[in-house]
Amino acid sequence: MSKTSLRDLSLSEAALAVRNGEVTSVDLADAFLSHSEQVEPGIGAFLHLERDEVLQAAEEIDQRRARGEALGELAGVPIAIKDNIATTGMPTTCASRILEGHRPVRDATAVRKLREAGAVLFGKTNLDEFGMGSSTENSAYHVTRNPLRVDRVPGGSSGGSAAAVASGQAPAALGSDTGGSVRQPAAFCGLVGLKPQYGRVSRSGLVAFASSLDVIGPMGRSAEDVRLLLNVISGPDSLDSTSRAGGSSSRPGDSTSRPGGSPTGPENRADAPLPSVLGIPRRWIERGAGSDVVRVFEETCEWFRAHGVELREIELEAAEQAVATYYVIADAEASSNLSRYDGVRFGYRAQSAETLEELYTRTRGEGFGLEVKRRILLGTFVLSAGYYDAYYGQAQRVRSRIRSELETVLSGVEGILLPTTPTPPFPLGQKSDDPLEMYLSDLYTLPASLAGIPAVSFPAGQSEDGLPVGMQLYGRDDSEQDLLDWVSRFESSTRGNGGAS
Amino acid sequence: MNADFADRQRSAKSEESGKSAKVAGRYDLVIGLEVHAQLRTASKLFCSCPNAFGHDPNRNVCPVCLGHPGALPVLNTRAVDLAVLLGEALGCEIRETSVFARKNYFYPDLPKGYQISQFEHPICVGGAVPLGDGRSVGLVRIHIEEDAGKSKHPEAGDDTESRIDLNRCGVPLVEIVGQPELHSAEDAGLYLSSLKRIVEFLDVCDGNMEEGSLRCDANVSLKPAGAAELGTRTEIKNLNSIRNLERAIRFEADRQAKILDDGGTIDQETRLFDEASGRTRSMRGKEDAHDYRYFPDPDLPPVFVSDDRRTRIAAVMPELPLQRQSRFENSFGLSPDDAAVLTQTRALADYYDAVAESAPDPVAAANWVRTELLGRLSAEGKDITSSPVSPRELTALLKALDDGTLSGKLGKAAVAEMVETGDAFAVVVERNGWKVVSDTGQLAVWVAEAIEKNPSEVASYRAGKTSLLNFFVGQVMKASRGQADPGALRPVIEKALED
Ligand SMILES: [Zn+2]
Repeated sequence: MSKTSLRDLSLSEAALAVRNGEVTSVDLADAFLSHSEQVEPGIGAFLHLERDEVLQAAEEIDQRRARGEALGELAGVPIAIKDNIATTGMPTTCASRILEGHRPVRDATAVRKLREAGAVLFGKTNLDEFGMGSSTENSAYHVTRNPLRVDRVPGGSSGGSAAAVASGQAPAALGSDTGGSVRQPAAFCGLVGLKPQYGRVSRSGLVAFASSLDVIGPMGRSAEDVRLLLNVISGPDSLDSTSRAGGSSSRPGDSTSRPGGSPTGPENRADAPLPSVLGIPRRWIERGAGSDVVRVFEETCEWFRAHGVELREIELEAAEQAVATYYVIADAEASSNLSRYDGVRFGYRAQSAETLEELYTRTRGEGFGLEVKRRILLGTFVLSAGYYDAYYGQAQRVRSRIRSELETVLSGVEGILLPTTPTPPFPLGQKSDDPLEMYLSDLYTLPASLAGIPAVSFPAGQSEDGLPVGMQLYGRDDSEQDLLDWVSRFESSTRGNGGAS
Repeated sequence: MNADFADRQRSAKSEESGKSAKVAGRYDLVIGLEVHAQLRTASKLFCSCPNAFGHDPNRNVCPVCLGHPGALPVLNTRAVDLAVLLGEALGCEIRETSVFARKNYFYPDLPKGYQISQFEHPICVGGAVPLGDGRSVGLVRIHIEEDAGKSKHPEAGDDTESRIDLNRCGVPLVEIVGQPELHSAEDAGLYLSSLKRIVEFLDVCDGNMEEGSLRCDANVSLKPAGAAELGTRTEIKNLNSIRNLERAIRFEADRQAKILDDGGTIDQETRLFDEASGRTRSMRGKEDAHDYRYFPDPDLPPVFVSDDRRTRIAAVMPELPLQRQSRFENSFGLSPDDAAVLTQTRALADYYDAVAESAPDPVAAANWVRTELLGRLSAEGKDITSSPVSPRELTALLKALDDGTLSGKLGKAAVAEMVETGDAFAVVVERNGWKVVSDTGQLAVWVAEAIEKNPSEVASYRAGKTSLLNFFVGQVMKASRGQADPGALRPVIEKALED
């Protein structure tokens, strides 16, 4: 197989080829590494990628096969990892100075599961520092460019993972999603990105930003690649008390053999059933999204309608409060989660501090970037005595309303269709000086995060000037498999023409 | 023994119990205690590191208790069970749902920058600690939290760097918060020793105050005698023994009284007790108080204790100290004082129970345990948990005393030797050839010897000084090394001297 065709294989095809001995894991890794050497300088997707490390891991897979060992479902497949997910043998910096050179002593559970499935870890990808941002411009190390249009941002905070896959350097990647950090970069880079239900994937080893919202999510070129990754990394974990088993009892009759919902048969899900009713918050979309996005949304609606899906207009009132709610809760949790970076035990430590106070203030002042400091200040404020109830308490109440509103809506429709982002990818530097503008770009992804429900972003079309536009599906609890089925159907009938038709 | 509950009970009773102690007659003293007890679990509260004391610094640590990025806490359910057991023992309401929160502050021995503790929703509310004299002191709450590490700051000279030991980080604690219902240093001491005895009996905590498994802070305030409203309080820390708790309260009450006498006001502050000087000194004022920014810990789901779980835990409740004390009085006929002494610790009470079970006379047994055994043990620097004399061996001795084959004097010697050597009772008797001799033939031999050696006393006796009989008894006891049966001996001597 040529190097190009090796890179074109789906994850399951690649793993099968390795298991069957049609291709070696080293060949597969080399195909991606060679391509990476050419394109990475213009993209900047990675914070850490060592050719020798990757080849050595690939070599081990080949040796295991040679010894006749059974290989897992990701045998020899390179997977890029967002650099806020702990990996032994590689740094985990969260794109922050304060964790420069930090090497975890334990793999994240998701990483351990990838290794057990035979995956080859393919470097660590760039992000907005600690996941705080929507453009990957908040990395302490370098910006990442959108491979589809290099003057645009790749989205964030999992912008490095999205760019690595979109530029063909890796076939798939892990990201993490706190308020849209998997879905938004997937949309900006023309990929499928899944935010699993909260707790579906263990957070053990995911460096915490906002613990009640964080979830690791797969990013890939197709719903099936994403599904395969999800199936490998998900499941309850004794190291994370907020992790949960899949297939809850709320859906009697469902098999629980695969995480996140209904039974799935063989690889091809292109004939999986579509939902009978989807909700569409049309007024919210018309009010908040740009014209390109509204047009692609209408085209996507049309595709579903043409395939027998009833589209029902819904009103989301509480969800419109998601931006303010999210920034209070996420920053409150972040201010506490990031307290451990104090220069005492690990990470960056300010030199020649005279007092303890000075050690803290200088370490944190020098080690954190501007956006992280802004969030810590905001989060500290909203938890302060005298302000707690007005901010954090109120935000929790609104969060409950958002959750119950979505639950109510989703009891009447099987999913909600809406855009992932209000606009196509914006130019580098355009919003980096205006945090509020940046925050508002997350308005369509935040409600699912606050409610903890699964949501998937998929490529649905293009803007007038050829930029990718992603649509999003929210699902009920435990509906990841259904969401991926629907995206799979959409892909199979629209593949090759860049979107809905 | 350090936790002398019985002594405290005696001294508290001798005062006007139940009545507020007046400070200089003008003020009512009001005290509330906050007690931290380390739970006796095998592992820490949120990770699998051993919960153990005395290891090399920073050995019992892992990514979770070191606060490494990405590491998450997982609750040790055994700690919850122990808190429920304690709550049940103290008559608390056990909350079906309790919530862990984060208490945020920066300190080098606090790796995460926050302590995980229950705040708004503790596991137990209400309840009371009995003082043992019919009175009891109400509890506000009991909650579970993790311990912090230990900072060691340089002491004069040698080391110039502060050091941190994180072994204790994440060790499970319960904080037992009492109502401000104590009114004298003695009652505060009684409360703490009663609580200490209870946690030990439940095996919830080892109660060791020197090692810090049991720690106490005291909130102390004065109010004009009879006034309803509480005065401004100070919180006193670093009270590492019951005696120091009492000393600190007395000092603090006097200090506050002087300030109030002079028309001054009390600053709400945290004060540190200095053991050497017996004084308290200001540690930090109200203005330095932290804003802990408590909020529910999103890493930990609420703790759920079902009725069923609560019932199962309560069902295996061991006998509590006061219950045991009254059983010792009622079943064994012990005096209240003996019963209190023998229930000072669970180990001692268990020991006595084992002895009393088969001893011929439980009251005599109590006396032997209390006076002879404990006395000998403490002379050897041991306590009941390290007693070389098992209850079985002590019972063997008590039986020999009861059936007259061993004299009381030899009994005492036997206890001493058993404690010293750890040998069984029979071995000690055998080695020393100790046996009560009442055979008149052997007694007559010893008596004849005594008569032969003391001719002038024999003459005096025969001249009418019959009180010398005791002199001859003593001589024979000495010659027989205590083996002669004094009862059988007297007639033999009388007969021999009359001949
Ligand atoms: Zn640990």
